[in-house]
Parts: sequence; C-alpha cells; structure tokens
Amino acid sequence: MIEISHVNKWYSPSFQVLTDCTTSVTKGEVVVVCGPSGSGKSTLIKCVNALEPFQSGDILVDGIKVNDPKTNLPKLRSRVGMVFQHFELFPHLKIIDNLCLAQEKVLDRSRDKAKAKGMQLLERVGLKEQAQKYPANLSGGQQQRVAIARALAMDPIVMLFDEPTSALDPEMVSEVLDVMVDLAHEGMTMMVVTHEMGFARKVANRVIFMDRGEIVEDAAKEDFFGKPRSDRAQKFLSKILSH
Amino acid sequence: MFGNLDFDVIRRALPYLFLEGMTFTLTLTGLAALGGLVFGTALALMRLSGFKILGRIAGIYVDFMRSLPLVLVIFWFYFLVPYIGQWVTGASRPISVGAFASSLITFIMFEAAYFSEIMRAGIQSISRGQPAAASALGLTYAQTMRYVVLPQAFRNMLPVLITQTIVLFQDTSLVYVLSITDFLGAASKVAQRDGRLVEMYLFAAIVYFTISCIASYGVRRLQARIAIIR
Ligand SMILES: Nc1ncnc2c1ncn2[C@@H]1O[C@H](COP(=O)(O)OP(=O)(O)OP(=O)(O)O)[C@@H](O)[C@H]1O
Ligand SMILES: [Mg+2]
Repeated sequence: MIEISHVNKWYSPSFQVLTDCTTSVTKGEVVVVCGPSGSGKSTLIKCVNALEPFQSGDILVDGIKVNDPKTNLPKLRSRVGMVFQHFELFPHLKIIDNLCLAQEKVLDRSRDKAKAKGMQLLERVGLKEQAQKYPANLSGGQQQRVAIARALAMDPIVMLFDEPTSALDPEMVSEVLDVMVDLAHEGMTMMVVTHEMGFARKVANRVIFMDRGEIVEDAAKEDFFGKPRSDRAQKFLSKILSH
Repeated sequence: MFGNLDFDVIRRALPYLFLEGMTFTLTLTGLAALGGLVFGTALALMRLSGFKILGRIAGIYVDFMRSLPLVLVIFWFYFLVPYIGQWVTGASRPISVGAFASSLITFIMFEAAYFSEIMRAGIQSISRGQPAAASALGLTYAQTMRYVVLPQAFRNMLPVLITQTIVLFQDTSLVYVLSITDFLGAASKVAQRDGRLVEMYLFAAIVYFTISCIASYGVRRLQARIAIIR
C-alpha cells in the first residue's frame, strides 16, 4: 500500500532531515513510528502524501508515485487520510461542515449525501450531538475525534496519524486511542507516529524506530518490544516506558 | 456671530443632501470597498504566491499607490482614463467614462493597495497547519484559499477592513475636485448658492462625524465578538 524506498530529504544543503529511509506498509497493516523529538517522524509521514517534497528516492501509494510531477496530488491525497497533532479543524465551519467540505468539493458528493455520511461518522466517534457546534466549543479529545471522522469521510485507503494524542490532556488520550483501535480492528491500513506504546502493543503489526533522520529499527511488534536490536532503540524504549 | 445663522437652510436642503449627495457617497464607498477588497485580495495572493515576478509586480504596485496623495490620483485618473480607454480599445477619440466611473475606478485601485496589505496580514496570521489540512483532504490550492484560508483571513481582519472603509468613506469627499455631487459636494453647492457656509459645513462635519463614530462603535463590538469566538 505504501512503499518508501531510499528517501533522502534536505531542508537546507547542510541539514539532511531524512537519510535513506526505506520501509513499507502493506494493506491492512498498522505500523507505528516512534523516535526522539526532531528525528524526522513528522517529516517522513508528510512525505507520504507529498505535504513535504523530498529530493531523492521514491514513495508509492497504492502503486502511484507520489514524487512524480505528473501525479494528480489532490486526487491522491483525497484517498489518504491524515490526522494532525493539533487537529487542524477549520474553525470557521461547523463540525458537520468540516466533514462535508472536502466530500463536496473534492469528491463531488451532493450536500445530502455528504451530510448523511458525516452524521454517520460523527455517530461512530460518539459526537452526533456536536454536529452544529463550532470546533472551538469542543474539547481537544472531541476535536481530534472529529478530525478522524473528517478524514474517514473521504473513504481513504490508508490513514496517516502524526502524534494524534500528544497535544491532548491526559484524560482525553484514551477516547481518541479507542477510536483508532477500533479502526485498526476493522482492517484499516494505518501509519501512526506516536509514543503511546500501549497502543502499539495492542494493535501494531510493526514498529519503526527513527533517530536523526534514519530508520534505525523496523521490526515486528513482538521483536521490537521483546528485544530491540539497536542500543538507541533500547535506550529510547526504557526512557518512555519508565514514565 | 451666531446671531444671524439660519439653520432652516439645512432643513430645506435635506432631500438634496441625502437623496442625491449621501446616496452617491455611500454608493461610491460601498462599491469601492467591494472592488478594492477583491482586487486587494488578488494582490495579496500574488505577493504570497511562490512566483517571485508576480510578487514583485504586486509589491511595486502597492508601494506606488501608497506613496501618492489620493487627490492627485483622482485628478490624474480623471484626465487619463479616457486616453487609456482609447488606447485599449483602439478607438479614434478619447473615451468619455464619466466622473462616477472614473472616481470609482480610482478608489478601487487606490484602496486595493491598502486592502491588500490588510489581507496579506490576515492570510499570514493563519497557521500553516490549516492549508496543510485542506491539502491533505485533497483540496486544490485554489479551493484551499477559497474555502479555508480566505474566509478565516477575512473574518480575522474584518474590524481592520471596516476601519479602512470608514477612512474610505471620508476620503470619498475628495471627489469634489471633479465637481461631483457627493454629500460634501451637495453641501458646498447649497452653501455657495445660499451664502450659508458656516451652517452647511458645520452640518456636513456633524454628519461625517456621526456616521464614522457609529461605524467605529460597531467595529469595537465586532472585535469583542470575534475575540470570544476564537
Ligand atoms: N520547515 C522546516 N525547515 C527547516 N527545518 C525543519 C522544518 N521542519 C522541521 N525541521 C527540522 O527537521 C527535524 C525533523 O523534524 P520533524 O518535525 O520531522 O521531527 P519529529 O520527529 O516529528 O519531532 P517531534 O517529535 O518533535 O514532532 C527537526 O530538527 C526540525 O527542527
Ligand atoms: Mg513531529
């Protein structure tokens, strides 16, 4: 589903943020990406739907080359759901309109169809009653669940998450993770940047550990938590698990 | 000195002052604000686009307009537009556009320079995550601007935009150089005709003052409301 091969990215000639990153996510797989702050996790996941350009290497999503200038990026992105750390709901639109906008403008769905789909997804994340409110009137956890519903409304073939719970108050983390766990159990293909190792243990198939722009460890969940091969991953794990 | 003032002259001139004068002033203000906003937003988008040349052109235009006195632009434009029209259409004689059209175009072009700076600040005030989220959903650049960025920029900047429009409302009185009957023009015509300069100019001042004050008050209310929404 996602194939990343030998991706290199520089923010400036002297600063390489990604170095020879190679990995893949197959259909139905849940891959967790972790690593210290600044290691390039966000950058890598944003390269997958071309929110960030990269200078060399290739990324294929569902067989379509992301870094091909001829690729219709809006169309490709509409099939790749993305959830951000800071939710990024559109504050000037009601919750339901947040869910309808791209359905109508990108997928050309009728208003009624888009609304029906939106309400169905809001119900699924437990927020049907909030449909007519504005994002600012919702808690962080609620906003992030809306953001997930908004992405799902496009019927994505894969979902990308960039630290979806790290901007949340601790008591709201689980309501968001529950939605994500459900999604994983339904067979959604997911690439998730997170430090929530409980989530990784529960649903991940593989865990990728990044450090200084490199993929240091790319292992099945059992192997990763059993005994990571690299020192850096071991250190990182012991640090975040001791919390 | 106020002993021989005749304020009844105002009452008699009211229909003329408002039906003709103020109607013109408000029409010019409204249309110029609208046109200036559209053109100004286009300039702002040019300046923020990745295309350096477009940005430079818009930048030069804005700086140029902002370094000229408005009254001079009105004056020059009135004399130049017929010739520009002739040049564009290839007509054999200068095309007469009339004082209203000429002043409207002038104000749109002039205000666009100011509105563009306001809209530019408004667009820049929106976090990069917003267009990123819109792109991630598959919206094109144009759709992202139209449905996500510009509505927010416009809303955030609404108080400033209205304040600028109040300035514009006052500035429209400069069309007197074209002998147009705007509100001030109407007042001064009555003043000259009846020899009632003090009364008429006093009245005109009070009207401009009152309308601007009410609008400013509205802006403050609006600011308070926007602050709550955010
Ligand atoms: N637009 C940019 N221009 C220059 N440098 C950038 C830019 N965006 C990110 N960086 C740098 O690239 C590095 C990787 O950033 P990235 O956001 O991918 O890290 P991350 O692993 O997601 O970290 P975090 O856990 O803090 O989110 C960091 O050192 C960051 O400062
Ligand atoms: Mg990050």
